[in-house]
Amino acid sequence: MFDLERWQEIFETLSKNKLRTFLTGLSVASGIFILVILLGFSEGISNGVKSQFEQDATNKISVWTGVTTKSYKGLNPGRYVQLKNSSFDAIDNQYGDYFEYRTKDYMIWGGAVTFKNESGNYRVRGTMPDNQFIENADIGSGRFINQSDINESKKVAVIGNKVKTDIFKGEDPINQNIQVFGMNFKVVGVFYDPGGDREEGQVYIPLSTAQKVFNQGENIRNMAFTVKMADNFDEAVKRSNAIALGVEQKIKEIHTVAPDDLSAVRVNNTLEQAEKIYSLVATIRAVFWFVGIGTIIAGIVGVGNIMLIIVKERTKEIGIRKALGALPMSIVGMILQEAIFVTMFSGLFGLILGLGLLELVGPQIESDFIKYPQVDFNIAITTVFLLVFAGAIAGFIPAYRAAKIKPIVALRDE
Amino acid sequence: MIQIKDLHKSYHMGSNSLHVLKGINFDVKEGELVSIMGSSGSGKSTLLNILGMLDEADEGQYILDNVPIKNLNEKIAAKYRNEFLGFIFQSFNLINYKSALDNVSMPLYYKGVKRKERTERAMHYLEKVGLAQWSHHLPSELSGGQKQRVAIARALASDPKVLLADEPTGALDTKTSYEVMELIQGINDEGKTILIVTHEDDIAHMTKRIVNLKDGLIIDDSPVEQIRASAHV
Repeated sequence: MFDLERWQEIFETLSKNKLRTFLTGLSVASGIFILVILLGFSEGISNGVKSQFEQDATNKISVWTGVTTKSYKGLNPGRYVQLKNSSFDAIDNQYGDYFEYRTKDYMIWGGAVTFKNESGNYRVRGTMPDNQFIENADIGSGRFINQSDINESKKVAVIGNKVKTDIFKGEDPINQNIQVFGMNFKVVGVFYDPGGDREEGQVYIPLSTAQKVFNQGENIRNMAFTVKMADNFDEAVKRSNAIALGVEQKIKEIHTVAPDDLSAVRVNNTLEQAEKIYSLVATIRAVFWFVGIGTIIAGIVGVGNIMLIIVKERTKEIGIRKALGALPMSIVGMILQEAIFVTMFSGLFGLILGLGLLELVGPQIESDFIKYPQVDFNIAITTVFLLVFAGAIAGFIPAYRAAKIKPIVALRDE
Repeated sequence: MIQIKDLHKSYHMGSNSLHVLKGINFDVKEGELVSIMGSSGSGKSTLLNILGMLDEADEGQYILDNVPIKNLNEKIAAKYRNEFLGFIFQSFNLINYKSALDNVSMPLYYKGVKRKERTERAMHYLEKVGLAQWSHHLPSELSGGQKQRVAIARALASDPKVLLADEPTGALDTKTSYEVMELIQGINDEGKTILIVTHEDDIAHMTKRIVNLKDGLIIDDSPVEQIRASAHV
């Protein structure tokens, strides 16, 4: 194997049969290349989807209401289901033990927010302290809404980073006053959100304050909870589904909504969605693996086929070599060593090319659903060795058979 | 050098069996130049292949340079071929992607000779057959006669005890044939034992002894007055 003379002989043979060498190499290199790209993108998709879910807590259950579409217990359809503080309390009383965080919100979509001469329209949202964790909001400076803000209905606001850059123009917003619908609010904090501009273009104020200044009494727009995680994912999904169902029934009962009315009360369970998406990602990954392995198998069959043709084409040469005193094993060794060298070299070439492309193009991709495409190097190198090994096996059988042929038969081959 | 006693060989094709050699007896002494003649199907090529250990006899004794050749496995056969024998074929059998020089050094490679020495020795034999300036040409760039001379140089390269030539002039025109025969005679003059299979009378008469085969038996084995090929070139 490490005989220099043998290597010289092999390099000579390879360099004098360039087309053959090139074609063998091409089928191997392209197989590995495609596999690397596929695996890279499946990883990228999985990363992308994961980062989508980082926007909010994944174990979130949120409740929204709309207009009833069915008459129930003498009530007409077309009635708006108005959630109240009491609805929230009822849910929290019943399921509170399972909840980690809880919030109820009242929000106004285009609220005019002004600082000095700058102003803009932002979503103004009355909320509870726990919302920071439900929304995965990060406090950049200052603090979030706290319980004493709620208790005393303070006129304080926590603004998103986008609001800060839009209307503060580089000034430190903390302890400055902003006007919301002409009312003064003191900025106590700035937050960042993985959801980006859409989430950061918000102003949070205490819920109790919002209910007062917008004359909403006990009204709330929606509520959200996060469920304590169970030990394993399936368990968590099961529990969270059960709670979501219970919450929906409870709200419908309180507000006298038909149990089969789909639009009046909507309960959104992120964990269930997460599970669906994750299983989708797993499916995509499995498909990519399948295609990748199919490509590799095609590569192996290609190498095997080429080896078969090479041996056939060289039958006479093998006869000549044997007549000149070549040992059968040296014939097998020669063909195998050639096959291994070519598959190894071109496999690594395809690997480097694939990794290089991912490295180069990966960061350029600006899609929400593909992020950081990359390949586990160990997996990639393993597939190369697998291909080399399979190529060697594929080459060994015809080579062994050729070495067994009597030289007289091989020489007669035209 | 070669002793053969009661050699038999049959080929089996399906249910048919073809008895090709039906008891061959003959000896070749060192330094002889023998031609084996016979019409096609007489068994002459089979005999040569058995002598060359490319094929094995069913029955009988074959002793080459006092070594009994029997029950050969591939490994030993390869070793003996490399050590004892040099082959010259009708269709030259050069490796077409290797230069003349590399073709000639091939048996030395299998003998385990180092590259530098291999090249020197191969060059020496190429000079001997008069093709030194063609050493880096591929077989496809050489004429038939030149190819056969490269093949002869290759057969000589490992310095074998016996040269076996199967119709060495079969693919060549008369003039080239005589040139090749002149070379073979020259090699014989230096003491090398050579066996030639041929069906051409004029070629046979350029050897020192003609063995005539018919239907798998020797019908005539007699020395002849050697005609020097140089007289015809």
